[in-house]
Amino acid sequence: MRLAFILSEIGSGIRRNLSMVTSVILVTFISLTFVGAAGLFQLQINQMKGYWYDRVQVTIYLCVDNSSETSCATGPVSEDQRAAIQAKLESDQFAPYVDTVSYESQDEALGHFRDQFANSPIVDSVTADQLPESFRVSLVDAEKYEVINEAFSSEPGVDAVSDQRDFLEAIFRYMNWASVVALGIAGIMTFCAILLIATTIRLSAFSRRRETGIMRLVGASKAVIQLPFVLEGVIAAVIGAVLASATLYGASRFLIDGWLVNTFPQTAFISSQQVLILVPALILLGAILAGLSSLLTLRRYVKV
Amino acid sequence: MIRFDSVTKTYDQKSQPALDGVSLDVDRGEFVFLVGASGSGKSTFIRLVLKEDQASKGAVYVAGQNVANIPSWRVPRLRRGIGVVFQDFRLLPNKTVFSNVAFAMQVIGRSRAVIRETVPDVLATVGLEGKNNRMPHELSGGEQQRVAIARAIVNRPGILLADEPTGNLDPTTSMGIMKVLDRVNQNGTTVVMATHDDDIVNTMRKRVVELRSGAVVRDDAQGIYIGETGAVVE
Repeated sequence: MRLAFILSEIGSGIRRNLSMVTSVILVTFISLTFVGAAGLFQLQINQMKGYWYDRVQVTIYLCVDNSSETSCATGPVSEDQRAAIQAKLESDQFAPYVDTVSYESQDEALGHFRDQFANSPIVDSVTADQLPESFRVSLVDAEKYEVINEAFSSEPGVDAVSDQRDFLEAIFRYMNWASVVALGIAGIMTFCAILLIATTIRLSAFSRRRETGIMRLVGASKAVIQLPFVLEGVIAAVIGAVLASATLYGASRFLIDGWLVNTFPQTAFISSQQVLILVPALILLGAILAGLSSLLTLRRYVKV
Repeated sequence: MIRFDSVTKTYDQKSQPALDGVSLDVDRGEFVFLVGASGSGKSTFIRLVLKEDQASKGAVYVAGQNVANIPSWRVPRLRRGIGVVFQDFRLLPNKTVFSNVAFAMQVIGRSRAVIRETVPDVLATVGLEGKNNRMPHELSGGEQQRVAIARAIVNRPGILLADEPTGNLDPTTSMGIMKVLDRVNQNGTTVVMATHDDDIVNTMRKRVVELRSGAVVRDDAQGIYIGETGAVVE
């Protein structure tokens, strides 16, 4: 009974205040979309970091069949060449620079590749012999990359020495910027949403002051008086959050699954499934936002 | 039922107090007229009983409890024991007579079955049988006030406070309202009615407490109305 009553109060509040409620829905929708976008950038960064960033500082790729470097003149790297490179890496000469060395065979490279590009169609067309063997060298001091580069890039059997850190860091920097910008917009929009929710609740409280006055007189509890207002704001914000989630999911399907994955098959992208992780967070955020701002407003405008 | 113990209420420091050292006892089941000119402190009295305001000095007891000691979350419970009727009825214009009365039960969580059973009874008590589905604007002033009384008593409060309930009504209609209030009183509810309607006071012959500038100047067991000039109006 009490629930039915509160629901009917919410219904009448929303009907009376439809334009304001609609604007609350739209503002929370947009602000939470930006919050979600910032979240997705971070997920994407983590996705890429997760595989690369911590493990690989310098990679010495060994020659494969079709390598064009002069050091690969003899074709794919031979057993002797590989042993020589490994011995050189582990020699005393490089001990001050090299922390650990690990060897990755072509099969292992394929395994990693498949893990990393699980969402990409390219996976099916790659075979182990297309991927180079490599030595993964982590350095005592990551800045000393040039020492390794000079010493090994012309070694027979070495295709290339690459420090992926630079490349990755540039990308992460751009993505971080993008997520900061998204968060900034989200912050401003969220602020707007809070103000708008407060104004809406204020208007709603004003238009229902007769009812709340009577409720007070006949001894309605604070919860019964205030809950319809709070829930009105929360419902509007949750609808906004659901719209934001749907938009993010739609955009990720369209942009990532439909376009980016095909256009940049070498890059690991988050899947649209991962967007779903954000949905409960966005809804919760919307609900908390609306709940808090309406409670604060009610404290001032609805006497209990 | 209601006890004022040297109650002073000052709204702001500079002005004269709205109530000035008022001591008053209203027993269970009593009917008391609170008379006095506008600004004499009648409404302040009612606000203090409802704990809408706090006494500046002294203590207000309702049903034996000092209202100053009631924590804010228990105030609704205090108010459930008190029905209130105003001069301007304060009905919800978009609800029917039945819904207006039912509203008072809904907001304190009464079940639909209890409401459906109780409301028609109460409407009969105030003389509004068969008007369940009317809207307030379709009713006369007297009928609207009866709806307001029905709403005030539907939760069976021990006390009914009426702030100038006949202020907007003609004499005949007013007498009808007084009959209703008297019936409510007969059923055991303590009634405190603020008014300056001399006819009513003189007809009813109930206890009369007169306030002037916030002080009790007269408390007669079966009183009459005395005008501001001091002349007996009869």
